[in-house]
Amino acid sequence: MSDKVHVSFTVNGEAVDVLVDPRELLIHTLRERLRLTGAHIGCETSHCGACTVDLDGASVKSCTVLTVQCQGAELITVEGLAGPDGLHPLQAAFVQEHGLQCGYCTPGMLVRGWRLLQDNPDPSEAEIRFEMAGNLCRCTGYQNIVRSVRRAARELRGEPVAEGEAATE
Amino acid sequence: MIPGRFEYHAASGVDEALRLLSELEGERALLAGGHSLLPMMKLRFAEPAHLIDLGKITELKGIREEGGELVIGPMTTEAELLASDVLARRCPLLPEVARQIADPQVRNRGTLGGDALHGDPANDHPAVLTALDARFVIRGPRGQRESAADGFYLGPYLKDLGDDELVTAIRIPIPAPGHGHAYCKLKRKTGDWATAAAACILELAEGRVQRVRLTLTNLGPTPIRVHDVEDLLTGEPLDAGRIEQAGQAAAAATDPAEDLRGSPEYKAHVAGEMTRRALRLAQERAEGGAR
Repeated sequence: MSDKVHVSFTVNGEAVDVLVDPRELLIHTLRERLRLTGAHIGCETSHCGACTVDLDGASVKSCTVLTVQCQGAELITVEGLAGPDGLHPLQAAFVQEHGLQCGYCTPGMLVRGWRLLQDNPDPSEAEIRFEMAGNLCRCTGYQNIVRSVRRAARELRGEPVAEGEAATE
Repeated sequence: MIPGRFEYHAASGVDEALRLLSELEGERALLAGGHSLLPMMKLRFAEPAHLIDLGKITELKGIREEGGELVIGPMTTEAELLASDVLARRCPLLPEVARQIADPQVRNRGTLGGDALHGDPANDHPAVLTALDARFVIRGPRGQRESAADGFYLGPYLKDLGDDELVTAIRIPIPAPGHGHAYCKLKRKTGDWATAAAACILELAEGRVQRVRLTLTNLGPTPIRVHDVEDLLTGEPLDAGRIEQAGQAAAAATDPAEDLRGSPEYKAHVAGEMTRRALRLAQERAEGGAR
């Protein structure tokens, strides 16, 4: 019973091939087999969003996806956001706007915020709050997280934000 | 938390899923979006010997119009309901509900069928599909049949669906043009289930209620269709006094259990308020106000 299964997918553009028990969750494959420890384990019941990764163009909670469901999938984790030139503008915006306190929820916030900006380059503050609602911050630092996403949206649209200028409307 | 051991089967089509349901020995579970089932398996509330994954079956997905009805595949995700142009035009109640379920990540995985067919009285779609007069198209070893959502739910996790049967489509008569709709849901926080919720489909003619459907979520062992309230309103003008009466009658029709979301008295009170709000909003929309 429960023979191991070969699963092939890409993570951050790189093809990988793993041999997993069907009950293995994606978060464990990422963290323990592939050593991509950016995605965090939080609540384990798909409430908190710390384990958020991008699966075939959509944000998912990797604590509630089986690795065997990812055959042929394209995954992006927080490790895949920065480019050769350094941090992704969203990551830089989190630094500039202090979009984090303890940092535990940050990888999930970044991957979710990144997908949000792919889908909607000019979100209103209400849209950001609605679209980021699946990511909890136990420090309740939401204000700066929202500002970070707003700043990144402006920069990605080619509207540079001056140093010290709050990314508010 | 990791689920217990099981054998995994990725069904390639409906026929294969039905064959697996018939042939496999021991407890079998169907994997749709997984956001109810996998947490239950982690907590050992569910320990299926076989997991049949429906995720690759394209014929179970999609939203289309067919002869005055909407036909929706049970593996259609909440996110797809939210984004559907057809639903926005023909049945805006469904996207309105999807918007209030869980959060974006969960809506990307969670499916209409998973929510509607799991049998959890706290799920939102059962009451909504009941208000919409939806029917489940069911296939099994004895052929194909249909079961109306109204009457499909028999108790918590208990429904008119055999262990060897599969829902292959959900058929919804397109609500009349100009109808009003609303799903009013009180929840403690994002991602939570309803403390209480009310779904309403309303048709008005010359200021009077021509036809109304009103159903309640998480206020009893199954979704509650409040026939008394429907009868009270039908043929009458929908004024403030009537709406107040309807709210009181709906509250009285509930049978909620006490839990972290509140006492039975509190939940019944909220049910009344959600009913009043749903009626007011559906009325506003039927009269051409907010959409």
